Amino acid sequence: MNAVEVHDLHVRYDSVEALQGVDFTLPRGTALGIVGPNGSGKSTLLKAVAGLVQPAEGSVRVQGRAPRDLPPGTIGYVPQVEDVDWQFPVSVRDVVTMGRYPRIGPFRRFSAHDHSAVARAIDALDLGAVADRHISELSGGQQQRAFVARAIAQEPLLLLLDEPTTGVDAATEESLLKLVRGLVADGLPVLMTTHDLDRAPEWFDRLIVVDRKILADGTPGDVLESGAYAGIREHTHTHGHRR
Amino acid sequence: MGGVLEPFQQDFMQRAFVVAVIVGTLCSAMGTYVVLRKLSFIGDGLAHASFAGIAIAYLRGANFYAGAAVATIVTALGIGFVHRRARVSLDTSIGVLFTGAFALGVFLLSRSPRATVDLQSFLFGSILGVSPGDVATVAGLGLAVALVVGALWRPLLYTSFDPVVAQAAGIRTGLIDYALLVVLAVTIVVSLQAVGIVLVAALLVTPAAAASQLTKRFIPMMLLAIAFGVVSTVGGLYASYELHASSGATIVLLATLIFFAALAIGGVRRRSLT
Repeated sequence: MNAVEVHDLHVRYDSVEALQGVDFTLPRGTALGIVGPNGSGKSTLLKAVAGLVQPAEGSVRVQGRAPRDLPPGTIGYVPQVEDVDWQFPVSVRDVVTMGRYPRIGPFRRFSAHDHSAVARAIDALDLGAVADRHISELSGGQQQRAFVARAIAQEPLLLLLDEPTTGVDAATEESLLKLVRGLVADGLPVLMTTHDLDRAPEWFDRLIVVDRKILADGTPGDVLESGAYAGIREHTHTHGHRR
Repeated sequence: MGGVLEPFQQDFMQRAFVVAVIVGTLCSAMGTYVVLRKLSFIGDGLAHASFAGIAIAYLRGANFYAGAAVATIVTALGIGFVHRRARVSLDTSIGVLFTGAFALGVFLLSRSPRATVDLQSFLFGSILGVSPGDVATVAGLGLAVALVVGALWRPLLYTSFDPVVAQAAGIRTGLIDYALLVVLAVTIVVSLQAVGIVLVAALLVTPAAAASQLTKRFIPMMLLAIAFGVVSTVGGLYASYELHASSGATIVLLATLIFFAALAIGGVRRRSLT
């Protein structure tokens, strides 16, 4: 069974059709990159897989089920821009600890495993030195790593990353790359959007080019050589208006 | 005779102090969520909405708490429903529904020939008039709120901080939001007797706002808010007895003083850190 199966997916925001019939599958232990111009529906595709937006037509299946019917904790999602109140009274460790909340019911106490999952996530993203700081006292890269650490602490069966490398420092990018490749080697399926075509072969086993539909799907090398992405850049330029 | 302990020696004052502790604790604990989610307006709105239920209960001779609870909970759920379905902002949804419910209460009473003198006490509170039965009701409802919040505190915290990611992770954020509104409605009903419709919003906001000036961690903020809330209600009640002043107003004034003290201390600490 594939970790993700998306079939003929259409998503509409009011009258705008953000996705117009997307098909792809993601097996376990695969990092799948999603590239496309701004407004191509990349983020919408991740949100549909996360169950945050509903398909107008078609279907999304994660572990064979609709995203909203999954057991809590199945999907780890890191949005492109964290829309949180940075004055909210939580430390880095508190944020990472939240990753365990979906996994433990209302009445269960934190187990040794829960504590160690949090500690490992903090270590994996090199946040030990800032773990007890308030979230407003972090750099942009540290903030991004804190939210990735929360997703990892959740021990998800599917990881969704929306442009995690945009606007972060080089050290953060390298540690995220190492982390993702390690998780994929352990069998985790990862779905990630990016703007960085040059490094796609390092990050991904497979790459899809999206512009409301899937324009190309293959290994990063093949997709980049095919010129599919260059083609839509031209297209976007000619037609201008994008959402 | 008398002296500083005099207020504690009378039955009606003892009952008032018990209710003051419960109301101070509940409002401040719930107020932590209210302040962090920027829902201050909702406290005011739900308190006013209770007036419709109080009016109906009064006119039909029904139980005050039951009337207030039904009106407040129905309004709370209505606010959530209108916000989600009509795609209007939460504060607009609150503004529409609470004024409507409050007007319904005024409308019903204005058509009634019965005297409305005791209703003054619902607007401004009558903590000195609580009966032993009221104490039992307040304690029972207070315990129910504490149990629900205790059971839901992790998803409540996650949903308050980051609702989008919480939902993606499988937390039923819509259900959590409704649960919070219902628990808030019950908290307000419990508090009406003590501080009245007009001032209950202050108890939901001011102690938690004061606590937010002094700590950047969630649990300490909630505990500090509860401490401030109980000092305000118990201290305000005591002071109102000594000063022969309105208990509800004295409670809220004390809470306001604590807020400004916390603001000053927080400001000094921030300056000394930089």
